[in-house]
Amino acid sequence: MSDTHIHARFQLTYADFALNVDLTLPGRGVTALFGHSGSGKTTLLRLIAGLKTVPTGYLCVNGEVWQDGTTCVPTHKRPLGYVFQEASLFPHLSARGNLEYGMKRVGSAMDRAALEQAVTLLGIGHLLERRAHQLSGGERQRVAIARALALHPRLLLMDEPLAALDLARKQEILPYLERLHDELEIPVLYVSHAPDEVARLADTVVMMEQGEARAVGPVAEVFSRLDLTLAQDQEASAIIEGVVLSHDDDYALTRLTIPGGRLTVSRLARALDERVRVRIHARDVSIARDEPGTSSIVNILPARIVELRELDPAQVLVKLATGSGEQTPLLARITRYSCDRLHLQVGQPVFAQVKAVALMD
Amino acid sequence: MGFSDADLQAIGLTLRLASLTTVLLLLIGTPIAWWLARTPSHWKGPVGAVVALPLVLPPTVLGFYLLVAMGPNGPLGQVTQALGIGLLPFTFWGLVIASVFYSMPFVVQPIQNAIEALGDRPLEVAATLRAGPWDRFFTVVVPLARPGFLTAAILGFAHTVGEFGVVLMIGGNIPGETRLVSVQIYDHVEAMDYAQAHWLAGSMVLFAFLVLLALYTLNPTQRRF
Repeated sequence: MSDTHIHARFQLTYADFALNVDLTLPGRGVTALFGHSGSGKTTLLRLIAGLKTVPTGYLCVNGEVWQDGTTCVPTHKRPLGYVFQEASLFPHLSARGNLEYGMKRVGSAMDRAALEQAVTLLGIGHLLERRAHQLSGGERQRVAIARALALHPRLLLMDEPLAALDLARKQEILPYLERLHDELEIPVLYVSHAPDEVARLADTVVMMEQGEARAVGPVAEVFSRLDLTLAQDQEASAIIEGVVLSHDDDYALTRLTIPGGRLTVSRLARALDERVRVRIHARDVSIARDEPGTSSIVNILPARIVELRELDPAQVLVKLATGSGEQTPLLARITRYSCDRLHLQVGQPVFAQVKAVALMD
Repeated sequence: MGFSDADLQAIGLTLRLASLTTVLLLLIGTPIAWWLARTPSHWKGPVGAVVALPLVLPPTVLGFYLLVAMGPNGPLGQVTQALGIGLLPFTFWGLVIASVFYSMPFVVQPIQNAIEALGDRPLEVAATLRAGPWDRFFTVVVPLARPGFLTAAILGFAHTVGEFGVVLMIGGNIPGETRLVSVQIYDHVEAMDYAQAHWLAGSMVLFAFLVLLALYTLNPTQRRF
């Protein structure tokens, strides 16, 4: 049986920085390398690309060894695609020339279909004859992504592809990245320091801190782990995958099935049975001991307290699990005063009142 | 009035020397410039200084040492004798070698600056697009650093044309072999033949002007990423 994982083991020590990781990552889907600047996430990506090398490292991608104690495949011989943080188009070539630069070298220059596919996926058909300086920042980055995809890589590496763009440009590119997520068969490693991007795009999260992987797991799990800074942040939120169950056009609402329950959200322009990802901020969830009788809040989910963590003298973070069999984690940030007044304890059944649900896409 | 046959011979010889020197310098200077631009080695400073020496040394000093080196007891002279080429001083090829040293910084520095300005990123991008080291050099570095190479070639050529002190030290004044335009002008002036000197000197002024004009117009500010 072939191994469908990415194994990466690297050690690196500088005077002011050390990296020490030993990771096994899924060989499909989007894995986010997430952390603050200086956490080593870009260094790790560069080590995986071979743009940086250390003598003692091990890297195996879906059964193919790219680096071990004796060999280290140079970057230009690794079947990968790399998208850099800033637009990195060659200024002496047109957008088409940029796309074809790599294709010629992998011998797929004649593969019109590959080019067409990448061009369509990123919506850059009308830009092909332009030079880099005639493109906007967002357009350049779309061409750069298409350029990487046109190589038919077996691993796609993206180093904060949105970080250098303003909010409007980000919004322009995110839908394309989501299409990649849905349509690509290959693993994608996506470096980011932005929780909202990670929440939206990633399946798996590697949380990097000071050169080490603090946590690795499915995005919903890592986001709701109370011991990680992610859950302690102001923007802390639970990420929930749901399926469109029904629409209520009269009240302009959509019902979603989520593991262990249902959610009602504003009318979504989505087909029935389509998968959607939503985010519920911890600050938008409150807790009641008894089922609230009459309330303006639509989403009231029976849940059980899984964990309690004091954030500061004023606030407590509560991790909840909805439903009984299949469960969805939820986070709630409440005052310590309320926590004591309600005598909240781990294992206790409560009702989570969800004030707002943010759609991710 | 006009150019005498001797003048024309000197002009032809000068152009031949400058062309040959420029080609050789692009071949020799590019790897040096590449190394200087990209090495993290401690030797970068000393090597860079040695390459730049001709910028500050009197040409006679450079010529003197080259003469000694190429002489019967110098290291270069020993090599050329062992190879059966004989001795290089007072030959055209002696001038070529001297010119390569003399014009080296004018070729190396523009190329080095252009490569330094490129940075690592375009090379990294090319590597992720499957380009090997030579491929990266010819398809990314050369086109992106082209203004640097152009400047290097023009300056190397022009500076070799303008050489005088080194020529006198190494080459002397042999018609058709080492008598360049600059030496020819010197001879005219020595012979009080100012009219003839004007023709050549004026041509040199015009040439220098055209070279610099070409440099400034052909080489607009390079577009960056």
